[in-house]
Amino acid sequence: MRKIRVVIAKPGLDGHDRGAKVIARALRDAGMEVIYTGLRQTPDQIVGAALQEDADAIGLSILSGAHMHICPRVMELLREKGLDDVLVVIGGIIPDQDIPKLHEMGVKGIFLPGTPMLEIIDFIGANVRSRVEQT
Amino acid sequence: MKSATETAKQRWEREVLEPTLQKAPERDVPFTTISGRPIERLYTADDVVDLDYRRDFNNPGEFPYTRGIHPSGYRGKLWTMRQFAGFGTPEETNERYKTLLSAGGTGLSVAFDLPTLMGRDPDHELSLGEVGKCGVSIVSLADMERLFDGIALGDITTSMTINSPASIIFAMYLVVAEKQGADWSTLSGTIQNDILKEFIAQKEYIYPPRESMRLITDIFAFCSKEVPRWNTVSVSGYHIREAGSTSLQELAFTLRDGIEYIQYGIDAGLDVDDFAPRMSFFFNSHSDFFEEIAKFRAARKLWAEVMRDRFGAREERSWKLRFHTQTAGVSLTAQQPYNNVVRTALQALAAVLGGTNSLHTNSLDEALALPTAEAATLALRTQQVIAYESGVTNIVDPLGGSYFLERLTLDMERGAQEYFDVIDRMGGMVEAIEEGFPQREIAEASYRFQQAVEKRDKIIVGVNDFVREDDPRHPILYIDDTTASTQLARLEQLRKTRDNDAVRRTLDALRNAARGTDNTMYPLIECVRAYATAGEMCDALRDVWGEYEEVPLI
Repeated sequence: MRKIRVVIAKPGLDGHDRGAKVIARALRDAGMEVIYTGLRQTPDQIVGAALQEDADAIGLSILSGAHMHICPRVMELLREKGLDDVLVVIGGIIPDQDIPKLHEMGVKGIFLPGTPMLEIIDFIGANVRSRVEQT
Repeated sequence: MKSATETAKQRWEREVLEPTLQKAPERDVPFTTISGRPIERLYTADDVVDLDYRRDFNNPGEFPYTRGIHPSGYRGKLWTMRQFAGFGTPEETNERYKTLLSAGGTGLSVAFDLPTLMGRDPDHELSLGEVGKCGVSIVSLADMERLFDGIALGDITTSMTINSPASIIFAMYLVVAEKQGADWSTLSGTIQNDILKEFIAQKEYIYPPRESMRLITDIFAFCSKEVPRWNTVSVSGYHIREAGSTSLQELAFTLRDGIEYIQYGIDAGLDVDDFAPRMSFFFNSHSDFFEEIAKFRAARKLWAEVMRDRFGAREERSWKLRFHTQTAGVSLTAQQPYNNVVRTALQALAAVLGGTNSLHTNSLDEALALPTAEAATLALRTQQVIAYESGVTNIVDPLGGSYFLERLTLDMERGAQEYFDVIDRMGGMVEAIEEGFPQREIAEASYRFQQAVEKRDKIIVGVNDFVREDDPRHPILYIDDTTASTQLARLEQLRKTRDNDAVRRTLDALRNAARGTDNTMYPLIECVRAYATAGEMCDALRDVWGEYEEVPLI
């Protein structure tokens, strides 16, 4: 069975990448293949990276409040490219009132400040498994 | 058994401590600071035998200023209570400023939104969803006029957290002040203008490092002539710490950034005493109480020695490190947000005991959103309780002479000097950044800390211990998208009504200055007067200098 492949991305204009980098390392240390896109990626670039890297999951790190604009666009592009089965999770500062809307558009995991790394690792492991096993 | 050279502390350890530990061992936890520095159980005179009062501390107001730059500490003037604020439209932020000033705030501090910080107009693709979210949206001079409407810029001091486009925003401020009838020579305030920590930590860079440094030396030269009371750069450790550095790394990288700015200023032909006194610093005050106080005290001493001995500055004003402090945003938790009031109060007290010259206290809801007006007022009240009720302002450097604190201060200083040596050997901070050195050091430290939290070697109350499952929902400030539509409509209107020939002409003059060696501040002021947008001015410089892209490393 091949390793789980995860694209970690920082969309928007924000440069605060501490969380993205810590999570990227934690996922890698947990045995996943991690591709970190770097800063200021448009939804097009993120979905392009997921396609090119044959990713099983995308992790978005958004602290700036732009998530309600970025996430719908990422989900739409994934559908257009036939990547509906890619697991999308988001970490950052997300107001409570946005959480149901994000789930509704297909963002499976939403991780707020203070979430243990193990919880994120386990969530990704549990939710991409079927797809990876088929590969 | 007693040896011939046993110190008083060793005797105590043998005779008193050991028998006690055999009966009642210490708790099985690492006794380290939040930065991972091991701490002994007791410090005595034996731990400070290498210290010399005059050389290492001296009295307040005397070189090397370890105990403070003012002989009378806060008995003369309290620190400036400067609360960082900005969101939505310029009008909304203007209203918040008036609230803060009427609640007893003594200076303004502007938070800009990400499009402004990154030099993008609201209609740029990357501005999607970001307009007015993390700060106020400033597109052109017209927005700056709205921001300071009814606030006399000649009478207050304003700090502006702006870096890559610092000269553009500063030019807008100068033109607003001029329109209000204020004389530039009397204006006072600060632009952060610290690009090095952007490459190191916060990553809000636009142009490559050397071109970015040129913008900064242009501001040094301009201000020493035109706006002599303006603080031209606020060398910032805050963001380095927030990105996950240790306390020592914050101290070392920040002061080494300061050295880099001084060196570039001298290399640009300026006299060190003409611009060094207008440089100030900005530190984080994190949760480890004594380590932070030691950091602030060590910073003053290191800077005094660097300025006098490394750069040969002759004026005392150049030796004195003045600094702003903000409590640690990264220490705030989304869980049980009221705990954040306590964290912030302790961090603020550390900053005051460390002799900060101005202070921002974070609001309890900042791990959730931008602060509500109520939360922002409580944060200001926290400072007022320390200033007026705790009594700590009666004495200068009240912790001076503590064996522990003095040992820690000296160890921080020595650790920072070791980092200086490493960076000097690389050729300087710009070179170290190009090699990714400080970035790597910080990423390592932040990962180590996260692992310590996961292992519960470090406890965060409400997060990895004392957790509560039924944490109630906390009311937050929700910023909707009306700011974006307002600012987009205004931008469209502006482009229709302004003199677009003048805009083109002034932007061309800016490009010419950027290509050559003329000071970029003067053409920028002309662009601002013509109502060119921040995005257009930044694009003109992008045309000439290109954009910086870092190699993403994990």
